[in-house]
Amino acid sequence: MAGTLAMRPATAHARPHARARIPSAIAEPPWARAALIATALAFLGLFLFLPLAAVFAQAFEGGVAAYLEAIREPNALAAIRLTLFTAAIAVPLNTVFGVAAAWAIGKFEFHGKGALITLIDLPFAVSPVISGLIYVLLFGLHGWLGPWLRAHDIQIIFAVPGIVLATIFVTFPFVARELIPLMQAQGTEEEQAARVLGASGWQTFRRVTLPNVRWGLLYGVILCNARAMGEFGAVSVVSGHIRGLTNTAPLHVEILYNEYNFVAAFAVASLLALLALVTLAAKGLVERLGARRLDTDLPEPIR
Amino acid sequence: MSIRARNISKTFGRFVALRNVSLDVPTGELVALLGPSGSGKTTLLRILAGLELPDPGSGEVLFHDEDMSGRSVGERRVGFVFQHYALFRHMSVFENIAFGLRVQPRRTRPSKREIRARVRRLLALVQLEAFADRYPSQLSGGQRQRVALARALAVEPRVLLLDEPFGALDAKVRVELRRWLRRLHDEIHVTSVFVTHDQDEAMEVADRVVVMGQGCIEQVGTPDEVYRHPANPFVYRFLGSANRFDVRFREGCAVVEGADADESGWGGAGDLAGLAGWVEGVGYARPHEIEIVRERDGRPAIAARVGSTYAAGPMARVELIREGSVDPIEVVLPYERFDELALRPNERVYAIPRRIHVFPAAAEAGADPARVGASAPPWPGGTLPAPVVLHPEPGAFARAEVLHRVEGAG
Repeated sequence: MAGTLAMRPATAHARPHARARIPSAIAEPPWARAALIATALAFLGLFLFLPLAAVFAQAFEGGVAAYLEAIREPNALAAIRLTLFTAAIAVPLNTVFGVAAAWAIGKFEFHGKGALITLIDLPFAVSPVISGLIYVLLFGLHGWLGPWLRAHDIQIIFAVPGIVLATIFVTFPFVARELIPLMQAQGTEEEQAARVLGASGWQTFRRVTLPNVRWGLLYGVILCNARAMGEFGAVSVVSGHIRGLTNTAPLHVEILYNEYNFVAAFAVASLLALLALVTLAAKGLVERLGARRLDTDLPEPIR
Repeated sequence: MSIRARNISKTFGRFVALRNVSLDVPTGELVALLGPSGSGKTTLLRILAGLELPDPGSGEVLFHDEDMSGRSVGERRVGFVFQHYALFRHMSVFENIAFGLRVQPRRTRPSKREIRARVRRLLALVQLEAFADRYPSQLSGGQRQRVALARALAVEPRVLLLDEPFGALDAKVRVELRRWLRRLHDEIHVTSVFVTHDQDEAMEVADRVVVMGQGCIEQVGTPDEVYRHPANPFVYRFLGSANRFDVRFREGCAVVEGADADESGWGGAGDLAGLAGWVEGVGYARPHEIEIVRERDGRPAIAARVGSTYAAGPMARVELIREGSVDPIEVVLPYERFDELALRPNERVYAIPRRIHVFPAAAEAGADPARVGASAPPWPGGTLPAPVVLHPEPGAFARAEVLHRVEGAG
């Protein structure tokens, strides 16, 4: 161990030299590099930063008072509440489904595994509008289950349950997709070790499997949440756009925009944009923390 | 706690990993399962642990005469050390070792203080007291393996099973750690079985060695027994480099292929005198059992030419090409002798095997002599009753000694 520590400064010292020398041998000339970097930055600015800035600029065009008023408006509040409600159901459910699916796929061998993986990817492959239509076909008035639902006075399409179902469908793969490769890469040796040491199946899962994927899980949950709150297409098909009842925040933005109420539209849009930024920040943080925990070389401060 | 496995078979799809294997490990012994990859040694170990189940109806595993067949892996109370350690990467060394105690049901679980005390004792045992708060990723390979061992010992296992415990370590650490394991075993005396493909490791560490090949146990014995009296050519070849010679016996006289015995001989041992007609055998000599001479001294010798030589290290290695053949003979000789000889490339010399281990010819395929004896030999005459060792002696017929049948051969 002492040897490793003694080596460290030397390695750190040697690195700048290496970095300075390698580019000169294999990299483009400086002007080409500058041009490429400038192009990339211009592209990023034009297509990513500028629209984002425009959202906030538009939102505050009428001043802070108008902004706050647009957000405090009852229909807007109802839309935000519905969005949060939907995410609060969809994200935990998909977390449980995702962990269960990834656990089965990553740690066990069974027939039909390939088919299951494909099935999990289905919501990614299908256009969100189609996802919404599937639910209309299933639960709509003229759908397969429509007459039965009507007979029992259950409203799914053009109501909150439809929105929640469509959101769950669209966001299904996020957690599972994040965890499957991770669990496969980790193998089953630690689980076997836990079993030999007398741990039950549940203890093994809770004390060994789950902690090993916690950063991947958090990452998947964050992405799942962002998508659940931002979903437009599928939700739009099943929502019915009833203000104050079945409008989520993205749908509300569209309605306001179509009514030329730009300040209010962008005010609500800015909330969604803010959510996206917070999500990215959280994702970055999780990645950093996760990477630090998995780093096998750097000695961590001893706790 | 003794371990007994009876008539274990295991197939994976169409691959037969174990064929009707039986094994006894007496209480307190340290036994090595030695064999090439694919010989079924790890499968056997995992079946002992309960991580794999034998083929339905094929056999049973007993710990101290108690049938383990229905017991799950957690109920068997075995300590298992994995080749790649399988430490819990998100737990500190301390938590890793404490795991087996913490997951026990509340009735049997020791108190927190007791757990702490026990982990401290184990840390002292594996000499890692200072590393309790480290994470596995902050340890070297040897340290990780010692943590894995301490973790396995924490639950006070009835038997300790180790799967290629030193396989992932570099050569120097490997040697240190296996000596340490031997000393540890002398201290704690828990019945232990470890798997290895490294014959030096098995020979140095184990009380007894179980040599496995292609899903069968080829021989069981002390390291000395299996090395000096290998039961069959498979065991002989697996335990070290081997030069092969065809040997024929006639009326008790041995003829070694390529060795002209005009003025001397090999055979003549009384035990072989009764053999009728020609009997064929296959002989082996280790590289260090072969002498190189320039002039014949009356002993039977094999004419050869000097091929490549390699002289780095304590012993020099010479490859001889047999006259009239392309078969090489590998010779290892002390440095001093190599310098003294000063061999030139392509020079003509004589190779004299000091000792040739002869097995019945049909045994070569890897089957053991007892099984071969049942089928009719393809040559006229009899079959060699048991492995024989030939010694060349100047001017006279060599002594040949019939080896006793070694355990595990039948």
